[in-house]
Amino acid sequence: MGTTASQLGKDLLSEYQELTFLTKQEILLAHKRFSELLSKEDRNLTSVPMEKVLSLPELKSNPFRKRICHVFSTSDMKDGSLTFEDFLDLLSAFSDSATLEIKSHYAFRIFDFDDDGTLDGGDLEKLVNCLTGETEDSRLTPEEMRQLISNILEESDIDKDGTVNLSEFQHVISRSPDFVSSFKIVL
Amino acid sequence: MANSVDFNLSPIMELELESLREDDTAQDSMCQLIRVTGTGLESGSPETLEMEVLTTEGRDRMASQMSDVRERADERRLQRSEESMQTDLLVRNRWSAATLRVLSSMPSRSVGQQSRLEIISQCNIRSTQLRRYHRQNQDVSLSSRPRIRGYGIEADSEDVCEEETKRQELVINLQSLSAGDRVRMMRATPLSLAEKTKLRKLAFSDKVGQSLLSSQVPCCSLLKRALYHVLFGCLFILSSLQLWQVALKRLGGRFGTGVLSYFLFLRTLLLFNVFLFLINSLFLVLPQAIHPPLHTPSSHRVTGLELFTGTGYLSNSLMFYGYYTNSTINTSCRPDEATAGTGCGTTSDPHMMAYNIPLAYFFTIGITFFITGIVLVYSMSKSFGRSFRVFKSQGNLAIKVFSSWDFKVSKKMSVRLQSENITTQLKELLSEVNGGEEEKGRLSGMALHLLAWSISLGSTFFCALGIHCFAKHMHLRRLEDAEGEVSLVHEARLLALPGVVSCGNLLLPGLFNLVSWMENYNSPIVRLYVSIFRNLLLKVSILGVLCYHWLGKIAAEPEQHGLQCWESFVGQELYRFLLMDFIFTVLYTVFGEYIWKLFSQGVLRRRRKPVFDIARNVLELIYGQTLTWLGVLFTPLLPAVQIIKLLLLFYMKKSSLLVNCQASRKLWRASQMSTLFISLLCFPSFLGTSVSVIYTMWTIKPSSGCGPFRNLPFMFHSGKQWAQELKSTNPKLAWLNWVHSCLVENPLFLFLMAGVFLMVIYVNTQVLDGQRKIISLLQEQMENEGKDKKFLITRLQAIHEERQRPLSPSSRPQPQGSEV
Repeated sequence: MGTTASQLGKDLLSEYQELTFLTKQEILLAHKRFSELLSKEDRNLTSVPMEKVLSLPELKSNPFRKRICHVFSTSDMKDGSLTFEDFLDLLSAFSDSATLEIKSHYAFRIFDFDDDGTLDGGDLEKLVNCLTGETEDSRLTPEEMRQLISNILEESDIDKDGTVNLSEFQHVISRSPDFVSSFKIVL
Repeated sequence: MANSVDFNLSPIMELELESLREDDTAQDSMCQLIRVTGTGLESGSPETLEMEVLTTEGRDRMASQMSDVRERADERRLQRSEESMQTDLLVRNRWSAATLRVLSSMPSRSVGQQSRLEIISQCNIRSTQLRRYHRQNQDVSLSSRPRIRGYGIEADSEDVCEEETKRQELVINLQSLSAGDRVRMMRATPLSLAEKTKLRKLAFSDKVGQSLLSSQVPCCSLLKRALYHVLFGCLFILSSLQLWQVALKRLGGRFGTGVLSYFLFLRTLLLFNVFLFLINSLFLVLPQAIHPPLHTPSSHRVTGLELFTGTGYLSNSLMFYGYYTNSTINTSCRPDEATAGTGCGTTSDPHMMAYNIPLAYFFTIGITFFITGIVLVYSMSKSFGRSFRVFKSQGNLAIKVFSSWDFKVSKKMSVRLQSENITTQLKELLSEVNGGEEEKGRLSGMALHLLAWSISLGSTFFCALGIHCFAKHMHLRRLEDAEGEVSLVHEARLLALPGVVSCGNLLLPGLFNLVSWMENYNSPIVRLYVSIFRNLLLKVSILGVLCYHWLGKIAAEPEQHGLQCWESFVGQELYRFLLMDFIFTVLYTVFGEYIWKLFSQGVLRRRRKPVFDIARNVLELIYGQTLTWLGVLFTPLLPAVQIIKLLLLFYMKKSSLLVNCQASRKLWRASQMSTLFISLLCFPSFLGTSVSVIYTMWTIKPSSGCGPFRNLPFMFHSGKQWAQELKSTNPKLAWLNWVHSCLVENPLFLFLMAGVFLMVIYVNTQVLDGQRKIISLLQEQMENEGKDKKFLITRLQAIHEERQRPLSPSSRPQPQGSEV
């Protein structure tokens, strides 16, 4: 369980070290930052609401921040709040030493806006809109969007069912040498 | 490279096997699936639109029987547009609930819904595979996802707690794995941390309080554990010592991966130089410093200029070649007895350590070059492997959309810039893919390119010629000066040639930039490569002229140029070049970038700050490193100068970047660029310097008045002499001599090595080729499986409807395109 004590227990620390890709320093730093997020709240709370998590400087301007919170959150209420262990999961998936498989798995879930297990046309459209920005003049025209989505599906939909599933996504990602270095968040 | 290909194969294999599996099961097992999985699904949201596309595509495919799908991409695109027109007329909502349930519970889609079960099953498979692999059981190939699903259904199709049984299986599997595998497995499973802790507790509930790594405690495991701890401790220390980590993170966050690659390259060069410096100082400088040679102290005025010119009191210091003696230092001697010659103590005690300075010099330089070469080639091959793409598809759009967002970027401004970048790139790519490029007037384009190339090549040639003439002129002047008094002006004249060369290095790239702006290339990548090539040509020709001058003219006839010790002179020249290069870089950064920013913002009224020119800066770094490598033979302490220079350069460039520049809008493929930089460092730079060093050592006569190789016909004779001495004093080591003569002097050995090398390359290329063919075959197979899947689904639907029809005579009228 996430602890709000100022020190992490030693065995807990070593357990986290074994189960995640984070080093000891990174776990301690994460604990410190997480405690700062909790410090203004009630001491009994173990999970941080989504708005507080989104106030972290590393996530503040990221267009995928809400999806990230939803994907890593294990709360029953599906409100995107993160416990300390969810936070560690997040950092582990985005860390330097995480494997390509883990990163592509979580990237797929982040990009799957409707949580149905595949990336269909609607998901791809939302993804491209996140990439191109909030302002109106930086978005693609509907015609360009349609073309883009059909091109993407043509390139990556191997079994031609109109959606990109996890395996096809991982196949596309494995061909990109920059993915691992760009899918990183360091505290 | 082979590894990356294998990774491509495994998801393909799984998909293929899965579809095979699905096609194998007949319709009754389909019904079974419907029964079992119908219970635990949360949302059977119909994806109707794609179903229609599926149907029409299925029908059309069956009708047309297109065999070679890939080559008919255009036709397919055309068809798709036709199909999209037909979808409006098609029936919506015509898939029955059962079909939809089957579809949405397909394994390929269950990432979001039954994620935990699916992941645990996968983990199960992998751990089973690992366990079987360790027990040398080869029966692993068909234990794919569907098998496990089938297993679950056969074993307990009535059991609702399928998850619990899976978990138990997983726990048992985990317990039987070795410790390292367990850790790796646990880390690589995409479950949440809470789940993993639960699993861990279940698996190791009887070993509470112990870490996974200490699960078995025989004696050798204790040792292993201790070793692990030591290793982790060392790695921890090393990682905490990682230089400039925070600064690099800030730079990467603000400017992106492209600029970051420049600074990472700088750090790599720093590490190379630190290595060179340590080895040199340990084996060369320290022994000589402890036993300094006896020489008459000459009176030199200490002015500040010596630091720049390397003359004066520096010329007889540890810095330069001339200081080193050709003596053998015996450790039992007192320091003042170590004179030129064989050293003190005639009756040599065989256990006394004799340190032969010329030999040490020769071997230190040789071994450092050798190790540097190996490290460079290794990092180059690793870099190549990372950026190599196994096979190119038609376009890059999917890759760009999925992997171009840099999550490290955190500042709002940079995020907005990144979005703009991506939008521009997507639009460009779209227009490239879907429309042709405009046909510019080809003739005028060719003429323009010709003109541009002739300008750049001509300017390079004239620059090199000018430097050649200027160098000759400067030497004549120096000879005249040497006859007269030594004065400050004469010393300052030594700095003229380096100054001129650095000027050329600064100005000509600007000219090249202008020329390429005039040429107006279509693709930014081509422009980048062309500019890198031109800059590289400039630097190679300058260095070539200088090397010819030093090694070809001065070294061959040192008396004509009035030099006692030509090696020291060449060392001093290189020292001066390095320093002037640094000074000019500082001046350029301060005046060039800062003033250009003021100019462009004030006068030209551009809102954007100038862009950091990565290619040019990297080539500057490579040029500096080449000078260092050239000079190491003559100036053993030159790496120290380069280290100081690189450190200062880092901080200077960083602050200049933060103040003056902004992130580039241009496309920057970071990994391919890093590969390019490392290969540029290896091939022209390192290869050229090692060739010149080898040439120096093998063919040029060292000067007779100074240095450790005086009185030797060639430098490498020190090694030869030592080998012969070894033969006479210690016959047991005579085989070393034989090895030496075989390896170094016999050309057959080199030919053999080259032959073996080429064969290895050939075999690897063939393997790669074969794997490419397999991949394309598998892709075709997968497409066919996809068609089969669609066929089966439509058949399933058709059968279901047939069954429905007699039961409900007033069958619902098939809804037309009104419902959504």
